[in-house]
Amino acid sequence: MIRTAPRRLVDYAPIAWPALMLVLFFVLPFGLMLAVSFFRRVPGGFYQPDFVLANYARFLTAFFGNVLGFSLGLALLVAVIAVALAFPFTYLLSRMRRRQQVPWLVFLLAVLSLSEVIIGFSWSTLLSRTAGVTNLLVLIGLMDQPVSLSPGFGAVLTGMTYQAFPYAVLVLYPSLSRLDPTLTEAARTLGASPLRSFFTVVVPALRNAILATVIMVFVFALGSYLLPQLLGRPQQWTLSVLITDQAIYQSNMPFAAAMAVFLVLVSLALVVLSTLLGQKEGRT
Amino acid sequence: MSGLVLDGIAKSFGTVVALHELSLTIPQGKFVCLLGPSGCGKTTLLRLVAGLDLPSAGRIRLDGADITDLPAHRRDFGMVFQSLALFPHLSVGENIAYPLRIRGASKADQAAEVTRLLDLVRLPGIADRPVSRLSGGQRQRVAIARALALKPKLFLLDEPLSALDAKLREAMQIELKLLQERLGITTIVVTHDQREAMTMADLVVVMSAGRIQQAAPPVEVYCHPVNAFVADFIGTTNLLQGQVVAPGRLGLPAGEISVPGLPAGGATAISVRPENLRLHAEGGGENRVAACVTFIRDLGATVEMRLDAAGQELILVMPPADLPELRPGAGVFVELPAAACVVLSP
Repeated sequence: MIRTAPRRLVDYAPIAWPALMLVLFFVLPFGLMLAVSFFRRVPGGFYQPDFVLANYARFLTAFFGNVLGFSLGLALLVAVIAVALAFPFTYLLSRMRRRQQVPWLVFLLAVLSLSEVIIGFSWSTLLSRTAGVTNLLVLIGLMDQPVSLSPGFGAVLTGMTYQAFPYAVLVLYPSLSRLDPTLTEAARTLGASPLRSFFTVVVPALRNAILATVIMVFVFALGSYLLPQLLGRPQQWTLSVLITDQAIYQSNMPFAAAMAVFLVLVSLALVVLSTLLGQKEGRT
Repeated sequence: MSGLVLDGIAKSFGTVVALHELSLTIPQGKFVCLLGPSGCGKTTLLRLVAGLDLPSAGRIRLDGADITDLPAHRRDFGMVFQSLALFPHLSVGENIAYPLRIRGASKADQAAEVTRLLDLVRLPGIADRPVSRLSGGQRQRVAIARALALKPKLFLLDEPLSALDAKLREAMQIELKLLQERLGITTIVVTHDQREAMTMADLVVVMSAGRIQQAAPPVEVYCHPVNAFVADFIGTTNLLQGQVVAPGRLGLPAGEISVPGLPAGGATAISVRPENLRLHAEGGGENRVAACVTFIRDLGATVEMRLDAAGQELILVMPPADLPELRPGAGVFVELPAAACVVLSP
């Protein structure tokens, strides 16, 4: 392979196609959204080109701060729970024989392909009073009467974690299956029980992969807007729900655009921050 | 009795038999090499001793106690893996202190032990370095130091030197042997390198196809191989097929020779080491056969000569000073001293 720095314009030719796609499908729409976020809203109408900061000024309200804080907190909680569940699961999966792994991976991909709507309605049925899991608890005598668990924070958390779990497994899978199996065997010969070798060798050896997966799932969960609506009360609505509400139902495109820009910038900042932290950790 | 006893050990993976039933006794303080080609079951045997796999049959006893069902983490054996398996997220010192940390040793004890072990493997003052910054030889020593941190009853090494270059490997073999003698620790090394086994071992266990072919001190394995596999695997040898024509007399295509310890009759193979063959200008002496020189190569320290003795190839090694003026094609007589001829069991 030739490893010289590109010098002439022609040397950059191979990246022309991906660059074009990136401009067409990412830079242009984002620029459009950025522009709209500074436009002036016409009450009763749509919007007109302008340069006002009024849309951003609305962020300074307590209501907006609460929603933003809740959205970030919910996404983080979902990411942490999903990775905490997915990591041991993926570890055990990667230690199975290849032939046994395939059905599990196919099953996970199938779950991942489920539409958010189906996941939302399935969980709202499962957590309902009339047909939900509490009926089973009543049946075995653990509860006096069935209760409704949805809508509510627990239902939102459950649904979103369920949706994020296969995603977390598939992101973790490559690094876990590449992990040298003799590392845990060495830990065992050095006196660590299987459980201790998991926590003292497998987890710390893969801390960067874990951190990267938490960030990926966090960003994935931050964009979720259907599940909070289907499984939550208005208090549990996230910023994404608010954006949709403003854009579709209130016809306030500029404010929706401003919120979307803000959300992108916040997640971008968090990703950059975590990457920097990860690098610092990797260097020591 | 003190030492490690393998009693009727066997191991199968599904329908594949990795180890046929075998028994072996390793006395306390001995250095044992499991030697064989890849796939002969030597690593499987080591893993059974370490407790990383469970035997399909048989018992393992250490100093009289049955440890067959004891899990690996309670055996307190030090093991060095072929991949070395140093923990990438820990520094050199933390790697070595790992078994002590697991057992809840104090920070001060850990630090003192790390210093002692790094001195032992002659790598003082690198405790704070990340493992990724070490050279191959240094990683090797750190892995050895970590395995010795427990003062183990048994020291197990799986092809520990295979990743090193030839020079460093030779030096490490000697160092490892001296270390083992100093510590007096029972040691089992898996290797496919017969020179490595000869250098280090008190007892060489030659394995092939899931069976022990011969277990004996290195010189005995070399001088008195029990069968053609051992004779051929350890060093270079002349494997000669012949017919027993009279008691103590073996008929080779090139002539009759006397060999002690021959069976009563039938086809028999013998092994004669190349350095035991003698070259003569005239025939007529005891155990001399006529041969024709086919190839001579001077390796500096030794001269190797290949000869054809009525269809059987002979290899002869001698010091360069003893080399007579000979060209390929010359007719000579080769003596196969009776004392050097080893009868092989089929």
